[in-house]
Amino acid sequence: MGIKVNPRTTQRIAKAVIWSAAVLVLLLLFTIIIYILSKGIPHITWQFLTEIPSDMGKSGGILSAIVGTLAVTIVAVVVATPLGVGTAFYLTEYTRESGVTKVIRFSAESLAGIPSIVYGLFGFIFFVTYLKLGWSILSGGLTLAVMILPTIIRTSEEAIRMVPPMYREVSFSLGGTKWQTMTKVLIPSALPGIATGIILGIGRCVAETAAIILTAGSALQMPTSLFSPARTLAVHFYILASEGISADNAYATAAILIILILLINIGANLLVNRFVAKRR
Amino acid sequence: MSEQTKISIRDFNFFYAKKEVIRALNLDIRENEILSVFGPANSGTTTLLRALNRMTDLTPGARMEGEILLDGTNIRSPDVNISELRRKVSMVFEVPTPLPMSIFDNVAYGPRLSGVKNRLTLEKIVEESLQMAVLWDEVKDRLHHSAMRLSGGQQQRLCLARILALHPEVILLDRPCSGLDPVSTSKIEESLRHLKEKFTIVIVPHNVQQAGRVSDRAAFLLMGDLIEVGLTAEVFAYPKDKRTSDYITGRFG
Amino acid sequence: MKMKNFGERIPQSLFFIMALSALTVLALITVFIFIEGVPLIVKVGFFKFIFGMKWAPSQGFYGIFPMIVGTISVTLGAIILGVPVALCCAIFLAEFAPRWLSDIVRPAIQLLAGIPSVVYGFWGLIFIVPLIRNYLGGPGLSILAGSIILAIMILPTVISISEVSLLALSPLLKEGAFALGATQWQTIRSVLVPAAKSGILASIILGIGRAVGETMAVIMVLGNAVALPNSILSPVRTLTTNIGIEMGYASGEHQQALFATGIVLLVIIMILNSLAQYSIKRK
Repeated sequence: MGIKVNPRTTQRIAKAVIWSAAVLVLLLLFTIIIYILSKGIPHITWQFLTEIPSDMGKSGGILSAIVGTLAVTIVAVVVATPLGVGTAFYLTEYTRESGVTKVIRFSAESLAGIPSIVYGLFGFIFFVTYLKLGWSILSGGLTLAVMILPTIIRTSEEAIRMVPPMYREVSFSLGGTKWQTMTKVLIPSALPGIATGIILGIGRCVAETAAIILTAGSALQMPTSLFSPARTLAVHFYILASEGISADNAYATAAILIILILLINIGANLLVNRFVAKRR
Repeated sequence: MSEQTKISIRDFNFFYAKKEVIRALNLDIRENEILSVFGPANSGTTTLLRALNRMTDLTPGARMEGEILLDGTNIRSPDVNISELRRKVSMVFEVPTPLPMSIFDNVAYGPRLSGVKNRLTLEKIVEESLQMAVLWDEVKDRLHHSAMRLSGGQQQRLCLARILALHPEVILLDRPCSGLDPVSTSKIEESLRHLKEKFTIVIVPHNVQQAGRVSDRAAFLLMGDLIEVGLTAEVFAYPKDKRTSDYITGRFG
Repeated sequence: MKMKNFGERIPQSLFFIMALSALTVLALITVFIFIEGVPLIVKVGFFKFIFGMKWAPSQGFYGIFPMIVGTISVTLGAIILGVPVALCCAIFLAEFAPRWLSDIVRPAIQLLAGIPSVVYGFWGLIFIVPLIRNYLGGPGLSILAGSIILAIMILPTVISISEVSLLALSPLLKEGAFALGATQWQTIRSVLVPAAKSGILASIILGIGRAVGETMAVIMVLGNAVALPNSILSPVRTLTTNIGIEMGYASGEHQQALFATGIVLLVIIMILNSLAQYSIKRK
């Protein structure tokens, strides 16, 4: 390096570059969100929300997609939450670190990295075909449950570990059993953290597309039971957009998706803050 | 102080991860007395206390030999119900640790664990316990406020009330007043003097002076060995062992 | 020594069974995907499958090399475009941003992570593809478009883990450098980033994993061509979009080939995850 560059200059340049990067990212976020919302919100009418789609989605509303989204999300949360929280309890309360816990943790970490299309393949071959559940809310919901399980395990374990160890000691010293200590002290204290994990899981369910198409199908009609095929908002949006059926409705659906995600994120953040405040 | 032996410790050894923490301890604790177990850090005072209600079971790597007899029954026998043992022999910890609930729920926690559900009974128990802990007058108007809002001294008296709600027979206190101001300390020491009429009390004092103020008998533990035990006044004024007098006079600490 | 009441044993066994769920699921996924895919790999031949240039299911050709090239090029592009920006943001959050600003930026990045991939893909189709077509040529549906979208999508992953790694460093490192007269940037460049190297590397590897696994975000912008690309403006298919496009109508051998592609994806992800874990442990 022949030229001696003044370190104060590099500091200024570096600072500018770094701030620009941050600004760029924020700009991207706003562009995407505001673009979609501005093009989509005008088309969100009460009718849109309460009618079922007709004409392949060109007209009518998205009620069946809303119901489909709700249904698969509920199935996923109902199945994954007990399993995830139970696993977290097992990892924190009942064993010392051992071969078993390492294997369980490894499994959870690995599951977190699997691509959603592979989950779709699995859901198709296992739930739809092997268990003969067909393309259905049940197949889709169970597949989603598997996808959000790692998240719930991770956040629940963290939440339980954050409960001050003295609370356990106090409970035991007052004659509490492990089970009583868990239900009366640990779960209430860890609840905000656990709830955050569940909310993040819900966010994943709402956003997921690839796995749903392969397991819950893409039927337009209103689902009538857990065994009915259904489409979710994300799937509906994908089909509208990629097959060019209706730009307006596509934007509107996307806008609703974004609004949902915004609400979910805000909810999760509020919970985290309450969690932190409680510690003080 | 009666002549009845409440707890009898025989040939007790305690190991923590292969290190011997308490050696060949023989000690009798008499009913309705206040016994202080004192000594420098790492002498096994807290460990001994925790062994008396098997809180040591929670420590991985802990191993014990010998007997601890409560009213003649070995507390280490497999027939013993640990939850019941811990209700009979209850502990107040060094750091006041109110549970994240209301004052009422804190005191009612123990009784609820053992199955008391009736609201009136619980209210009676809570009031009695808070009275015995000399805290009732200060909190009776805000029983449903969070216990986390109490001052340090009040929190510690709450912890005392919490175990009193279990109607224990023995009360163990591990440096209960460390970090508390002198007023709170004297309130707690005052309540102990009343409580000994109904309970047997074992206390690890946070300094030697507290042992002198509060206890009937005193046991000096040094690096896991019981050096001497006797009436507090005697141990302090005419210690039989030089090490005892050195520690009491502050030659080492 | 510890006495366990009967009432204690039941919850413990219950939770143990629950805890096995993660392992069970992982095993099921591996087993079922392999059962569907392996026979085809055996039939076609491992090397013909992985390195075969022709993918034409109707004629019985199952070579996925074009898709492998597609995945690698799109991912590489995402890393080149995304990692520098992400690192700068991580440094921004860890070193430059005042508290009130980082409290805004961090949730914003989380929000970025929550936006459905289909929405990204759509936005890419509307915004990015025309830009490329008009200013750089080609159909617009291209590797470049995919890389840009994926770069945006891996930002949250790389930023958050890198930031955590930087924040976890001992403050003494910074103080030591300042005491020797270094500027903030010199400290970051020569002391902090090298010290946080393993965490940053892990975040990049996880970002790669995310990019490799992404389907919906790129399916609308990549152009769908089953051929080796000759520039970043060429349309292409990735391993994931291949499955996404054809699974809807595939059957028999064709379907098995898609599952075989799934196996390849699984193996790649497993390798990446292990690398990331290894990098963290090397600390």
